[in-house]
Amino acid sequence: MVRRLSILKQPIFSTLNNHLIDYPTPSNLSYWWSFGSLAGLCLVIQIITGVFLAMHYTPHVDLAFLSVEHIMRDVKGGWLLRYMHANGASMFFIVVYLHIFRGLYYGSYASPRELVWCLGVVILLLMIVTAFIGYGKLRQMSFWGATVITSLASAIPVVGDTIVTWLWGGFSVDNATLNRFFSPHYLLPFIIAGAAILHLAALHQYGSNNPLGINSSVDKIAFYPYFYVKDLVGWVAFAIFFSIFVFYAPNVLGHPDNYIPANPMSTPAHIVPEWYFLPVYAILRSISNKSGGVAAIGLVFVSLFALPFINTSYVRSSSFRPIHQKLFWLLLADCLLLGWIGCQPVEAPYVTIGQIASVGFFFYFAITPILGKLEARLIQNSNVCEDLSPRKLSHIFKNLLDVVK
Amino acid sequence: MMRGVVRRLPALARLSGSSGSSSSFCTAGVPFVHDAQECNKGFGFQEDGGVLFRSPSRVTGFLFHRGFASDALAGESAGTMAVPATVAALKNPTGKITYDESVHERHPPGDPSKKAFTYLVLTGGRFVYASALRLLALKLILSMSASRDVLALASLEVDVSNIEPGMTVTVKWRGKPVFIRHRTEQDIKLANSVNLHELRDPEEDSARVINPEWLVVVGVCTHLGCVPLPNAGDYGGWFCPCHGSHYDISGRARKGPAPFNLEVPTYKFMEDTRLLIG
Repeated sequence: MVRRLSILKQPIFSTLNNHLIDYPTPSNLSYWWSFGSLAGLCLVIQIITGVFLAMHYTPHVDLAFLSVEHIMRDVKGGWLLRYMHANGASMFFIVVYLHIFRGLYYGSYASPRELVWCLGVVILLLMIVTAFIGYGKLRQMSFWGATVITSLASAIPVVGDTIVTWLWGGFSVDNATLNRFFSPHYLLPFIIAGAAILHLAALHQYGSNNPLGINSSVDKIAFYPYFYVKDLVGWVAFAIFFSIFVFYAPNVLGHPDNYIPANPMSTPAHIVPEWYFLPVYAILRSISNKSGGVAAIGLVFVSLFALPFINTSYVRSSSFRPIHQKLFWLLLADCLLLGWIGCQPVEAPYVTIGQIASVGFFFYFAITPILGKLEARLIQNSNVCEDLSPRKLSHIFKNLLDVVK
Repeated sequence: MMRGVVRRLPALARLSGSSGSSSSFCTAGVPFVHDAQECNKGFGFQEDGGVLFRSPSRVTGFLFHRGFASDALAGESAGTMAVPATVAALKNPTGKITYDESVHERHPPGDPSKKAFTYLVLTGGRFVYASALRLLALKLILSMSASRDVLALASLEVDVSNIEPGMTVTVKWRGKPVFIRHRTEQDIKLANSVNLHELRDPEEDSARVINPEWLVVVGVCTHLGCVPLPNAGDYGGWFCPCHGSHYDISGRARKGPAPFNLEVPTYKFMEDTRLLIG
């Protein structure tokens, strides 16, 4: 009788129980699986610090810069709120990028988890927009960054310039732009939270992937306490890493030009966006044509969305895909290279390197449909299973996919 | 006893089973549920002072043997390397749970051996998390308290050297008006001559001033908050036009709806002619 009265069996709590406590989780998850909950933690940190910062920030062109200095100097603990929010954004992107690369390596995007992956890309897009409009407008770097990126809309034929003027609410980034960016900056994180819940729900339809990439129904353990503790270790490690930036190097990820109030008459010599935008920025700059650059950025996200559907491999984890494994590390190196190129001036040899690196990035996605079939063929040809014809082997692989859900 | 012997040689211990004891407890090595006969059947064990080696690869076996838990179950099949242990385990499904202790010791649930230390570590961690949460909550809540620029305006210095006797000056302090009156001898006598029983809020004049020559009161009517007018009313002090309250030369309420005397803020004289209010 007492068991039925247990709080974990009541409505709402039972949902909590079924998804966070008694949830069957593969027993072999490594620490690479901690980045999901860590991303959720980052979102919570950003929302809480953001809400408290908004109590002291003034989104008016004459007062914005001063209000931030007011927060830093006058508000009790304001410096901590501001540095946590600014560095928290960087942390959020670090965690999410690691989370994405985990997904690429272990094939977490593959069937049946396509929806999880696509929702993840949606979250990434929302994060990018939120971070961009939250970067402020009234500091040298922010102002010019905002001017450059909003001007991209003028690439749209015919109506481009009208759209840009509409976006700005005027003829340049000014008070109107600041206000209309601040409002969605407050709103979007809650949309992200909703998308994150959908992301988790989609994941829980089939359960988490695991480092082996195989069906884990044979050995699942409860989420609580095992992965609660494992995630807690991850959270503590993250807190230490985060604290190093917030307390010892709070401005190292930013740009010193951003402590200069915006000057519409003079652009800084090297405009750079925040580090987490650099790879995409590099791809944008690789193409000299304005619309081409914008199209290239669009293509990046189209490729990400399409990945689960163009994948032809029956094997998920790169542990068992030797060719894909090498390509994965090449992709990672390529992204780091693109990031570096993004903060270099647009001169030789950086331009050429950037163009090659951009091609390399898209090559990974282009090769994906072929790669799965190539690896399957290589397994067949390696005579691993002597008594099986290549045809029978393909048949087995195909059925494996149904079992391995 | 067998358990203790085997633990001393962990690397080799995982290849051992227990011979001679037909108990079904898990040894510190690969835990088998078997008896001596099975032992000799499957692997050709040799007994050597309690520590057993697998044949044929006796010497090198323990170096390269990976110690999968499924080895325990693979004992039933013939040979050692003919069928990989993982395949054998799949072919012979059983409900037995086996543990591989080649990585580290296993303490079954309820085992008291390291419970105290474990709990100490975990509880220490929980104290840290609690203090971190407390700190975070405090920082967030206190960020809403008065910021330093507001606090800086919380005290006001006033130079009163230019105020003639009989003059009243109004200054803004913490967003409110403060009346500073340089009282004449007459004013002081008048203030002291009032019978306390007549007052609705009895207060000696001397209790309301530091230096009787200077009256410093907050200019907010104690009725509903309007600002009283100076040098008005029937008692030589202030008159509040909103609802007709009269205040005397000591700022005490005499007539009208005001319940209390005008508030005296915290103030002090830094020098004879400089006041610090707040």
